[in-house]
Amino acid sequence: MAFLVLPLAGLLIRAPWSTLPQRLAEPQVIEALRLSLVTASVATVVCLVLGVPLAWLLARTDFPGRRLLRALVTVPLVLPPVVGGVALLLVFGRRGLVGQWLESAFGFSLPFTTAGVVVAEAFVAMPFLVIAVEGALRAADPRYEEAAATLGASRFTVFRRVTLPLVAPGVLAGAVLCWARALGEFGATITFAGNFPGRTQTMPLAVYLALETEPEAAIVLSLVLLAVSVVILAGLRDRWVGAAA
Amino acid sequence: MTLRARIVVRRPAFRLDLDLTVGRGEVVTLLGPNGAGKTTALRALAGLIPLTEGSIELDGVRIEREPAERRPVGVVFQDYLLFPHLSALDNVAFGPRCQGRSKAEARARARELLDRMGLAEFSSVRPRRLSGGQAQRVALARALAVEPRLLLLDEPLAALDAHTRLEIRSELRRRLTAFDGATVLVTHDPLDAMVLADRLVVVEDGAVVQEGAPGEIARRPRTDYVARLVGLNLFRGEGDGDRVTVGGLAFAAEERVSGPAFVAFPPRAVALYRTRPDGSPRNLWEGRIDGVERHGDHIRVHVDGPVPVAADVTPAAVAELDLTPGRRIWVSVKAAETHAYPA
Repeated sequence: MAFLVLPLAGLLIRAPWSTLPQRLAEPQVIEALRLSLVTASVATVVCLVLGVPLAWLLARTDFPGRRLLRALVTVPLVLPPVVGGVALLLVFGRRGLVGQWLESAFGFSLPFTTAGVVVAEAFVAMPFLVIAVEGALRAADPRYEEAAATLGASRFTVFRRVTLPLVAPGVLAGAVLCWARALGEFGATITFAGNFPGRTQTMPLAVYLALETEPEAAIVLSLVLLAVSVVILAGLRDRWVGAAA
Repeated sequence: MTLRARIVVRRPAFRLDLDLTVGRGEVVTLLGPNGAGKTTALRALAGLIPLTEGSIELDGVRIEREPAERRPVGVVFQDYLLFPHLSALDNVAFGPRCQGRSKAEARARARELLDRMGLAEFSSVRPRRLSGGQAQRVALARALAVEPRLLLLDEPLAALDAHTRLEIRSELRRRLTAFDGATVLVTHDPLDAMVLADRLVVVEDGAVVQEGAPGEIARRPRTDYVARLVGLNLFRGEGDGDRVTVGGLAFAAEERVSGPAFVAFPPRAVALYRTRPDGSPRNLWEGRIDGVERHGDHIRVHVDGPVPVAADVTPAAVAELDLTPGRRIWVSVKAAETHAYPA
């Protein structure tokens, strides 16, 4: 218990409470916070768009290779984020498999851009969403979908008007977890997107950097991230996790 | 004929094979024990499981290859399966919406149906706040809202408590009579079946074992399962004119019958004696009491012997005759209440 609580307490005790407002108002902090919130939100949307259909495939259909796909989905969960970043670089980098083609076709390059941050965050956070939504889909009674089919609903209508509302709590919980994971992403982001203030320098990166030059600034930034985590945890416990279970 | 179907569904260790025809406005009830394949048949008709073999023809159109959403079929599921996130009104409007009607049209239709079911004031209520009887009516309204040609009901009364059941049963009977398409209803409750059916189809082990008007089936059961349901003693024997021989016993019956025949009589037609009574040796034998149980306001006595029978006697008779398990007892059956018919 102490092992879990002490570091958090240390953060609170060492916080420069008197200068907190000024430090929070520093443009660098605001910029990093804004970038973090935007990229984490966009990454969550990307995960929702790609992850919900994927979760549906995993939960409701049976095709050869489904088990393999399911295992692959969870890989980013156990993969060290830095390795994820390296892997992304190998694929989307200028010389990478897809990156090369993107560059020549559109003159567009992902690494070291804000879009790159989103890709790195989405890559790492996706499993959280897919696993949560798949779990919710498996728990939902498929007979409601049959009932909808007998009423003349096409597969898509069934999904949109019956399945999705039934698993909404699970999707919401998954999206929040996914967002929180994206917000805290460090390893893959710094490897794939670098550390450019205003462009790819998110909060965790700013914390790490500030620790070397200005420890107090690092503490302030950490406090902000801590506050966000606590708020999410409280919300999840009270509403979404309870509703989904 | 509106519905003409041959339903064959094969699974490992199970085979369902039945022919089913249902006329316009007719209510056919599939009655059978759990696991007989009734629900499987219903799901096959709805298109929720594929036929292994056979065909389904509705109003002259083959529909067995159509997916569930394109069949003109309405289903009332066993526990209703009302969508928990939609109001009663939107549950009923769901079907018309899927058929391409505008939201306003669909809701108007749903409102009219709920109105007819006497549920107008519940239209904005979520399913979980409805009582069992109300939920059943919403489920029926939802199934009817798509204007089906075939209405399927899976154990529509099973989820109700005994008190509501009585009331809802006769109400459902009225509503089914008003529906002009074909109706197939599945139940394992003989009383539901008798009240709700125009015609009864008894299914055991995936096959039809008896079919006919409820009254006819109640009088002349052809399997032990049906006999138990309608509360008759049933034996199979050999008829030769005015009597039927079963396991060495001769039964005199009301009807003359020759060749393989059934003998059926109610437990109240059975009389028990401690000593051999005088009179005709027909319909008389000695057995041993196997069990005694309370059955409504009388006592049911099971007697083992050349043929095992159930007898209904008064509580007074139990005391007087000392009817305890293991005691030897004489059994006689009134010929006037014994029916014989060809097997």
